[in-house]
Amino acid sequence: MSFYDELKQVAWEDIRREIHARTTEDVERALGSRACTLDDFVSLVSPAAEGYLEPMAQRAHSVTEQRFGKVISLFAPLYVSNECTNPCVYCGFNVHHSVERLTLSADEAAEEGEYLRKLGFRHVLLVSGEAPKVITESYLQGVLRRLRPLFSSISIEIYPMSTEAYRGMAAEGVDGLVVYQETYNETGYLTFHPGGKKRDFRWRLETPERGGAAGFRRIGIAALLGLDDWRIEAYCMALHARYLLRHFWKSHITISFPRLRPAAGGFQPPRLVTDRNLVQMLTALRLFLPDVGFTLSTRESAALRDHLIPLGITSMSAGSRTEPGGYTHGAEAEAQFEVADDRSPAAVAEVIRRKGYEPVWKDWDAAFIQRAS
Amino acid sequence: MDKPLVIAGRTFKSRLLLGTGKFASPQEMVRAIEASGAEIVTVALRRVELDNPEDSILSHIDPGRYLLLPNTSGARDAEEAVRLARLARAAGCEPWVKLEVTPDPQYLLPDPVETLKAAQILVKEGFVVLPYINADPILAKRLEDIGTATVMPLGAPIGSNRGLKTRDSIEIIIEMATVPVVVDAGLGAPSHAAEAMELGADAVLVNTAIAVAGDPEAMAQAFKKGVEAGREGYLAGLGHSQKIASASSPLTGFLGS
Repeated sequence: MSFYDELKQVAWEDIRREIHARTTEDVERALGSRACTLDDFVSLVSPAAEGYLEPMAQRAHSVTEQRFGKVISLFAPLYVSNECTNPCVYCGFNVHHSVERLTLSADEAAEEGEYLRKLGFRHVLLVSGEAPKVITESYLQGVLRRLRPLFSSISIEIYPMSTEAYRGMAAEGVDGLVVYQETYNETGYLTFHPGGKKRDFRWRLETPERGGAAGFRRIGIAALLGLDDWRIEAYCMALHARYLLRHFWKSHITISFPRLRPAAGGFQPPRLVTDRNLVQMLTALRLFLPDVGFTLSTRESAALRDHLIPLGITSMSAGSRTEPGGYTHGAEAEAQFEVADDRSPAAVAEVIRRKGYEPVWKDWDAAFIQRAS
Repeated sequence: MDKPLVIAGRTFKSRLLLGTGKFASPQEMVRAIEASGAEIVTVALRRVELDNPEDSILSHIDPGRYLLLPNTSGARDAEEAVRLARLARAAGCEPWVKLEVTPDPQYLLPDPVETLKAAQILVKEGFVVLPYINADPILAKRLEDIGTATVMPLGAPIGSNRGLKTRDSIEIIIEMATVPVVVDAGLGAPSHAAEAMELGADAVLVNTAIAVAGDPEAMAQAFKKGVEAGREGYLAGLGHSQKIASASSPLTGFLGS
């Protein structure tokens, strides 16, 4: 049974009613129990828990520190292309936007990689839009062969691929996969994704499973916050993470918390997620999923990022550019979204230290997955 | 007078081994190591840049004072663990390795089959192998037969701070062992370390409980004392706890004296 079948059992309205029916007594019971069950989690994402953010944060903090230690991993995204065939209504790379399109050559990608390496990064996230005719598997192989000597961990956040193609990526040294479902509400999904390959909700939802089957060591998921009711999205993410943990028990699961940011096209998020909402979601998920990695990108402001560090975050990007070639050639092409925290990686590392954590640049070794080569 | 701890021919005064992960800063780590009195410190190979002498962990640990014991944390099978160990040796590390094969990234429980396989290969290649295992007495004997330098059974899952949950099995391992038994993982308080030492463990390894303590340096010292107290209690000969009083002999009293 794939996660698609499990998600089909989730009736959006029933879950909403259930969440809104929770009382402060339910929340207190959830906070008092030794292990957080799915039922406890429902209480923790309910409006009734909004008065309990401090105790939730305290618990999330100590659970994270015990499991992950006083360390925060750092990584950088490397955008190789903003070509895209999808018309996602919220995205700067939307096929209908007349923006500057650019796909880096392997040389240019290596130049960006060298730059990131000099800044200290050893973990990189390769990002592209969905344009399989331009960003072909052999193109990606060429790029990966240049990046592999520079980084100890390479993850990809490109378009969803088949298990077979993912095996090919793994053979080129990719150890992690990131794919956001955007929204777990299938009806809403079709509105936000009016065309292109991405319109296939099920194909996208099952992407982490194909990645797990291909043996990726890290699998990252997320909902794009602002598209639908965050409480129900959080519930679905909790289910999704639990499904992946059970079925791909050798992979480390991570969750990101991307809130919609201004992008080309001027899309206004229909369901605003406040800072308080974000904190509630993050801490509730931490209590339900103590071993899942939590990632925070530069979509959020410097001030908020600094405050979120001790609440359960385990890895952060820093100094990010979201346009291809952005590190070494500036803004020649359109960016995917506006970066809110534009501090340098060194400055972010310094803040992490000040907060009482060690910034970790390397927490993986390419030798784990490199077969005799 | 206690005999020193001997592992693979090397002598150590301290019976507390320290892990170096999870500390808030290298400085805090160094202070904790010093306070603990440890002579063996483990370091995760995946955190280290072997080709970079300025590496953030390695540059803080004086190899003249401490035996740096690289571990294969993150390896999911024997092949990966062996590859990592070979890389470390090729980069100039001593041929000692703490063998960790933990395919599940949640509880980080050791895979007995892959650990045994990897130990076979590494021992043959001349490594001093210290394998992290579940508290399985037969597996401990199998590893000893292969030629590992120690066995390192867990008290509870890594980082759980839950104490000696595997106490009964660890007692059997200690009773049957001919190599040092180092209780590794799950010890969350100095009293847990003392308990392991009272059972007759040769040493304990601690990381999380010290690294994430409010004051890691003070906690390191507390663990040092816990280990010493437990060891002294063991050497002094703890009285056996008995369920029945032994003063009278209700069943055999008729035999007279």
